[in-house]
Amino acid sequence: MSIPADVAVGTELPQQVYRVTRADLVRYAGASGDFNPIHWNDRVATAVGLPGVIAHGMFTMALAGRAVTDWTGDPGALVEYQVRFGRPVVVPDDDAGAEITVSGRVGALLDDDRIRVDLAVTSDGEKVLSLARATVRLT
Amino acid sequence: MALDRDLVGRSYPPSAVYEVGRAKIAEFAAAIGDGSPLYRDAEAARAAGHPDVIAPPTFAIAVSLEAAMVVLDDPDVAIDYSRVVHGEQKFAHHRPIRAGDRLVATTTIDAARTVAGNDLLTARVDLTTEDGEAVCTATSMLVARGET
Repeated sequence: MSIPADVAVGTELPQQVYRVTRADLVRYAGASGDFNPIHWNDRVATAVGLPGVIAHGMFTMALAGRAVTDWTGDPGALVEYQVRFGRPVVVPDDDAGAEITVSGRVGALLDDDRIRVDLAVTSDGEKVLSLARATVRLT
Repeated sequence: MALDRDLVGRSYPPSAVYEVGRAKIAEFAAAIGDGSPLYRDAEAARAAGHPDVIAPPTFAIAVSLEAAMVVLDDPDVAIDYSRVVHGEQKFAHHRPIRAGDRLVATTTIDAARTVAGNDLLTARVDLTTEDGEAVCTATSMLVARGET
């Protein structure tokens, strides 16, 4: 993909749906070095008051970032990226796992040939990230 | 326990060097399901203007979060790690992280406050090369939930 030449405020990114299973969480734990057991162990997760094993917030952030870099075609053009972690994504111990839906639209045209992309990230109909914004360099 | 506002501005000694490897970048890209050739194929990365394969934008967390733990190890920061959750995260990339980078992380406390019994602590990690070139600023807001 690449950014359309007539990009404007309101231009929408293709919506992406990512499926996350327990196996994905284990793999992300190894790759990122975040081995907090709330991301793979139900016993620990429920003991600290969670409904069950939850996805790493950073994993959700990474998936939402993919929606932007797949659209731009150049991951090196993402110069700023920030999120607030709201609700956790509970990942059941089955083959279906959880679904994370990412939509985005251009929220502003900035100086220096950059744009701001505002992301909406939900799972099971609930918003899981808020204030999720990426700044992308166009050239 | 309330955080001491005097902590704001406190900076910690630079970390040991973290050398970014191609295999680690490819492993991270696979873990987030991102098939971009720029993470795996040095030729494709060079064709896009990078000296070597680059890392996904959130790869910096693999280096920065461990560096930020120096704050929680500070005896003046009275936070119970078992109650800590990740509140916010921000990356400002001065350029993409790439294979071969030898990164040094310097951590600074940007903000510390207590709101409704929860301790909010913002740690900024400046990632530079060994030679001092700015690469990425990774800012993590950590929330230590109060006893309820």
